[in-house]
Amino acid sequence: MTAAVEVSGLTKRFGSTTAVNEATFTVEENTIHGLLGRNGAGKTTLMQLITGQDFATSGSIRIFGEHPVENSGVLRRVCFIKESQKYPDDFKPKHVFESAPWFFENWDAELAARLIEDFRLPVNRRIKKLSRGQTSAVGVIVGLASRAPLTFFDEPYLGLDAVARQIFYDRLLEDYAEHPRTIILSTHLIDEVSSLLEHVIVIDDGRIIIDQDSDSLRGSATTVVGTGTAVESFIAGHEVLHLDRIGGLASATIGQLTPAERAAATTAGLELTPVSLQQLIVRRTGLATELEKSA
Amino acid sequence: MDESRPIFLQIAELIENDIIAGGLAEEEQVPSTNEFAAFHRINPATAGKGVNLLVDDGVLYKKRGIGMFVASGARERLLHKRRDEFRTEFVQPLISEAAKLGLSRSQLIAMIRDDENSIRKDDRA
Repeated sequence: MTAAVEVSGLTKRFGSTTAVNEATFTVEENTIHGLLGRNGAGKTTLMQLITGQDFATSGSIRIFGEHPVENSGVLRRVCFIKESQKYPDDFKPKHVFESAPWFFENWDAELAARLIEDFRLPVNRRIKKLSRGQTSAVGVIVGLASRAPLTFFDEPYLGLDAVARQIFYDRLLEDYAEHPRTIILSTHLIDEVSSLLEHVIVIDDGRIIIDQDSDSLRGSATTVVGTGTAVESFIAGHEVLHLDRIGGLASATIGQLTPAERAAATTAGLELTPVSLQQLIVRRTGLATELEKSA
Repeated sequence: MDESRPIFLQIAELIENDIIAGGLAEEEQVPSTNEFAAFHRINPATAGKGVNLLVDDGVLYKKRGIGMFVASGARERLLHKRRDEFRTEFVQPLISEAAKLGLSRSQLIAMIRDDENSIRKDDRA
């Protein structure tokens, strides 16, 4: 497999703030990656750096093996859908879709037309007059119909209702199956998108804290519930992501268990419950922040 | 899909269940990876991983350029495997829970008989 994106030791500072801190990761070609993290974790800055819209303080970036900054050969193959894209004042959605083929050589007008219908987008109304959700739909349509070899969606669905978001997910999967390409989806709606993702990158406080296959991440943690003493003796020696107590009961989130350990837990009268991807990321990002504070 | 377990394993189990229940007959073609992905709204690569797991297990086999098919003898082998798992996944927890509640062995057996009889009665009705 070849890499669509290779980032190494990437750092971006704004004055005394370090928005991206020594990020190193690789995105394989033709995968759907999730870039997850809390608000202000550095997701957008990271994507701006990768797409050559901002200069890194240090570190290196390669897109399809090339340096992205001021490199039209590479940037032609990249589509970046931003959370709050600005359009010229009197622009209507139809102007966006008419000009898109100038920038995206794989632009599929038929797909765009179908999506316009799906999202019931009024193409002749001025974008300024559109609702928040409709403006987001313009971005989503551009992102899908451009079929760029590397597409970034940065929180693309602000204001989109549940139906419209489901349309987005369905069309994304459908079109990706027919036209494989590299998609990086940044969001905090982890539960909604997690089954679409092949790989997950989690950024917290500028640092990459998880870079893993999403299926191996699923089931990589378990919650153990039982009496305080039983839970405590069971979790000794395990990495504890979270520990809660109520009365004589305790609930601990720990790493993956072997079948023998699971059997031992059941014998000890402990209850094991699985941890979803979203819960796991909440635990991990919460933990990283706590550790930071105590350090 | 259950968000807390690897999705490719769940896909493999769903296909296995379909074969055990007779929904997918031996030598019948199974849906494509993209069809599974669209139906379950999951990443096609993940669906492919589930299908490939069953190819490795000999439950499915690939016909070049046509697709995936259920291997002959797959149902019998799956039943065998599931019966082994039944013991660890159902019988053993049942026994340990019964012990926790102070149910004797004969009480447990009596319970199973009663329930079995009432379920059979329902089936006949």
